[in-house]
Amino acid sequence: MNDYIKDFPIFNDRKYIYFDNAATTQRPRQVLSAMQRFYETENANPLRGMYKWSTDATKEYEGAREAVARYINAEKSSEIVFTRNATESLNLVAYSYGLSNVNKDDEIVICISEHHSNILPWQMVARQKGAKLIYLECEKDGSINESEFEKIGPKTKIVAIAQLSNVLGQPKDIKKIAKICHDAGAVIVVDGAQSAPHMKVDVRNMDADFFAFSGHKLMGPMGIGVLYAKEELLEAMPPFLSGGEMIEYVSREDATYAELPHKFEAGTVNAAGAAGLKAAIDYIQNIGFEYIGERERTLTKLLMDEMKKIPHIEIYGSEDPEKHCGIVTFNLEGCHPHDVATILDADNICIRAGHHCAQPLMKYMAFPMNATCRASMYFYNTEDEVLRFADKLKNVRGELGYGS
Amino acid sequence: MDLKEIYREIVNEHNLHPEHKHDLCDPTVCLHGVNPSCGDDIELKLKIENGMIKDGSFVGSGCAVSQASADMMLDLIIGQTKEDAEKTIDIFNRMIQGKASEEEIESLDEAAALQNISFMPARVKCAQLGWNTMKKIIEEDEK
Repeated sequence: MNDYIKDFPIFNDRKYIYFDNAATTQRPRQVLSAMQRFYETENANPLRGMYKWSTDATKEYEGAREAVARYINAEKSSEIVFTRNATESLNLVAYSYGLSNVNKDDEIVICISEHHSNILPWQMVARQKGAKLIYLECEKDGSINESEFEKIGPKTKIVAIAQLSNVLGQPKDIKKIAKICHDAGAVIVVDGAQSAPHMKVDVRNMDADFFAFSGHKLMGPMGIGVLYAKEELLEAMPPFLSGGEMIEYVSREDATYAELPHKFEAGTVNAAGAAGLKAAIDYIQNIGFEYIGERERTLTKLLMDEMKKIPHIEIYGSEDPEKHCGIVTFNLEGCHPHDVATILDADNICIRAGHHCAQPLMKYMAFPMNATCRASMYFYNTEDEVLRFADKLKNVRGELGYGS
Repeated sequence: MDLKEIYREIVNEHNLHPEHKHDLCDPTVCLHGVNPSCGDDIELKLKIENGMIKDGSFVGSGCAVSQASADMMLDLIIGQTKEDAEKTIDIFNRMIQGKASEEEIESLDEAAALQNISFMPARVKCAQLGWNTMKKIIEEDEK
């Protein structure tokens, strides 16, 4: 039993078991009150006003940027661009860097296990520029064989890869992959949406050129995300969106752009979201990744052990609970995942069912009906919840009319 | 009826032992229906003669709700005229939107049990797949 659960107002009613943390996490009181405090005491349009509230709002917003830079060990806070979410961050890289640097017959390399948000932007770039999209194929446990990396070569301009799959977990050695990319003259774009909440990220140590993540998956508010990029790359890139507060001078026909990172933050920014994200980062750092990792390992191992006792169940991914990082994807023989989720919902259990925005992976893995169930946990979940979940799960096939 | 009961009493039976899930040797019209986001996928086949739906069947795969709903629909509309079938489909769709009278809902027989699906927005399109495919077939047949 842990005390952190008390920080989350939504868990006051212990009726619900929330196992959809890979989709979005819950928010502790500290995050909610940071946002409320912003609106109640210093709300004004940041970066513009010549008065105290606006400068306070600016301080809050830029303070959050510095907290994010420290969180992922970026060298400078000007390398942190706030976006709406990881999807927008990846689109920013595709539209701005991708369309300017990829040419006909160049190659973009992505992994078959990517989330749609790290596939579609690259399909767009490949289509527009006449480039080739190449897939790294993974093993059953989600790992990638050494030989697959031979697909990265002199024609490769961009390699885009998730540090952690939202279906299989399985952390990737980004530092090693980054070296292969850089030796080939390519840049590496890391989708950190799943990894940033679960493990210490060090963008300088892994030598990532771009790193994208969402606030809402690490207990921050919805609607704020992050793109980290090396300064020299951001400097050379054209703006993604244009408009207010991203300019230096504007004439009738032309404009020069503001300094980094404001060049990429057109329009009024999400300052309250940034304040909430900073509170979430403070909260995570206060707990520490050692504790978070240990809780996730314990819960994942217990869940996998309990699930293995249930007949007609297939668990996907590695045999090693540690590689799952809290994500357990499975199917019950004969049962469509949507029906399984509906039956569990009647027992107040929240899991995800479907293709998890990874249809190419579903096809590649030949999952029945191209869909799976996914239970994903975070450090605040408990052993008791795992046991209750397993107890209900074993009745699901029976509820759907199959002999258990 | 809560959702588990709906499954237990109606959906499971039609999903596991569907009467109309088979091929049809001499259909006059066929149409493919899919819910791309769920992967529900059916091929609906009908034999329409002189404005009368003489026979019908479906094949495909998907969740229990989509398969059972298609089976229940065929139970109702085989033997109906196209006009009556269109009315039945309209009642079903209005039931899902909460806009059908009690009397109308009763006319849907077992399919009336899917009424409560309307409380689950994520499952509505599963329930409607067969019906919407049928609606398109009739519209196309009229062209």
